[in-house]
Amino acid sequence: MARIEVPMPQMGESIAEGTVSKWLKQVGDTVERDEPILEISTDKVDAEIPAPQSGTLVEISVEEGETVEVGTVIAYLDTEAGAGASDGGGAADTEEEADQGDPGAEEEEESAAETGAEPAEGEGEEDGDESEEDRLRQRSTPVVRRMAEEHGVQLSEVKGTGHAGRVTKQDLLDHLEGDEAEPAAAAAEDRKVPAAKAPPEAEEEPTKSAAPAKPSAARGARAPAAPSDLWSTFYDQVQNPEFPVRDADRVETMNKIRRLTAEHMVLAKRVAPHVHSFIEIDFTRVDRIRRENKARWKEQGARVSYTAFVVWALSRLLREFPMLNATASGNNIIYRGNVNIGIAVDLDPGLIVPVIRDADDLSLVGIAKKIVDLAERARGRQLAPNEIQGATFSITNPGVLGTLVGLPIIPKGTSGILGTGAIEKRVVAIEDPETGEDTIAIRKRSLFALGYDHRIVDGADSARFLSGFKELLETFPEDA
Amino acid sequence: MEVFRVGRIGYREGLSLQAELVERRRAGSISDHLLLLEHPHVISLGTSAGADHVLADAPTLDALGVELHESPRGGDVTYHGPGQLVGYAVLDLKPDRQDLHRYLRDLEEVLIRTLTAFAVEARREPGLTGVWTKGGKVAAIGVRVSSGWITSHGFALNISTDLSYFRTIVPCGIEGRPVTSLEALLGRTVEQNAVADEVVRHFADVFGREPGARQPPPSAPSGAANS
Repeated sequence: MARIEVPMPQMGESIAEGTVSKWLKQVGDTVERDEPILEISTDKVDAEIPAPQSGTLVEISVEEGETVEVGTVIAYLDTEAGAGASDGGGAADTEEEADQGDPGAEEEEESAAETGAEPAEGEGEEDGDESEEDRLRQRSTPVVRRMAEEHGVQLSEVKGTGHAGRVTKQDLLDHLEGDEAEPAAAAAEDRKVPAAKAPPEAEEEPTKSAAPAKPSAARGARAPAAPSDLWSTFYDQVQNPEFPVRDADRVETMNKIRRLTAEHMVLAKRVAPHVHSFIEIDFTRVDRIRRENKARWKEQGARVSYTAFVVWALSRLLREFPMLNATASGNNIIYRGNVNIGIAVDLDPGLIVPVIRDADDLSLVGIAKKIVDLAERARGRQLAPNEIQGATFSITNPGVLGTLVGLPIIPKGTSGILGTGAIEKRVVAIEDPETGEDTIAIRKRSLFALGYDHRIVDGADSARFLSGFKELLETFPEDA
Repeated sequence: MEVFRVGRIGYREGLSLQAELVERRRAGSISDHLLLLEHPHVISLGTSAGADHVLADAPTLDALGVELHESPRGGDVTYHGPGQLVGYAVLDLKPDRQDLHRYLRDLEEVLIRTLTAFAVEARREPGLTGVWTKGGKVAAIGVRVSSGWITSHGFALNISTDLSYFRTIVPCGIEGRPVTSLEALLGRTVEQNAVADEVVRHFADVFGREPGARQPPPSAPSGAANS
């Protein structure tokens, strides 16, 4: 079918609903893809919403002035009717591209639940002594509220599966159906659930997460929504629990970099099953090449660090290990077409990860120059947004400060990170290259750690990758 | 990002200038723009303006020389006039800033940092977009995001605004909250240009954009790449 849905778009992480302020197109109008079809307002913003596809507006399901939850279908487009007129290829790919025009669709994360700090939009009708959860549930759309009123249902008695526990139209329908189908006793029992969740004295956040599990366990199969409550509590939104402050303490608000870092780390660690493997790499040859060419590179204006060698080797090797230049995405694996290496830079305080794009196209000196440039501008806070995005694999260098090796967190949206250890002189047993006999030598060596997402990278993959990486560095080409 | 200090400009002219810049920004023929300007006395009605939030009647407004304009920005009613630094930002929020709340919080951040530079303690009030101080609300925010995530409109920061004009309205539809200005807070005069300099600096910081050194009139865009 060429009839596609136009949903209320997600216009921001903490935005749960939008108000249709004006329809710019009417039923029957032909629209071009990306042409604004309506305006929505939320908080202090008025935003135009473009058509996701070319076609004809065949139905408007949310009228001006109505406020609906993100994802609610607000209109339908018939793409076949308009396809001939405007967009020749439109019909074939409608289903998949249905939400591409949605300006929020490029957000990587699923809609995160809002925090308590979300501006209270609209109705200020809630009572002072309701729990936050009840309040959120009751902040459902006008349609649902009206329906609830008509049926004499208290929204606080309905299990909400919508955004942040809001009661959706379907929830209400399910609830009404349940009331009819089941004996009164079961319905009454059902009403106990929200009460158990929010005893009057329990207003603190943490109790919210623990409580839903109880009715679910006690009542077995009768509470299918409980796991999803748990899921949203734990997986939608990063919550940093609060702790008491003691007398001598100092409390500082996290700055933006710290806040984003904290959130990213929690999400990254929470989702990907991390495994770390180590390998010891001999840098004697790299060290020699570095010393011998130092003067020549200096003439070219380049300072070639060990990191440049590492990035060079890494970017060549990643082409052979696509699973490490990839990300799990839903039930898919996205193999990235470019090799973009993110390099963690210490801002002291703070951390930022500028990206060397298409590192596999750059020479050793090219990589070295890029690293110096990005690191300098990172410290000067001068990076453009696109210079800290799109990494397909990352490296971090705890070794630069003398750490033996670290266990880095895999940035979300990627499947691997390399932690480079300190490169130090070590006494090692080697085979003398001339006599072939065992001997003791002093070599520059380092421990490297590979962190990988075990959902899509197997242990053997990582072992093959690390040994290939070791070999590449230990036989580093003279003319890279 | 080009910074364009427009000076005094009529509200209607401001609207058409922005519409033009939004078109060009969407087409990619210009980089991001920050316009800094001042309006003559006007009351602007945002898309969610309550009709009863304009308190003065038409003859009173006429007598005060205040024009009434509808505006395609979000938000309620506000007043603009001499002594108020208005910032209109025409930015492409793609690819990494497509979040309306974040954009509002970022605008607030720019203004909070600006005020901090003048030793004024400013803060956010949960649920009340804008910038607040002990003396009341010092800056209002109202934004439009056009198709393709191109922003326009922005903020209005009271520097030496004659605050009595705010009595003609319920600012932003929020009753019972005083409006203040930077000069009222400091008890001394402040150069509007000095405030504008701080705004530019913090805007560039918060949005990670390099302010353009040149200031070509937007009618002859430079076509310089967005840094």
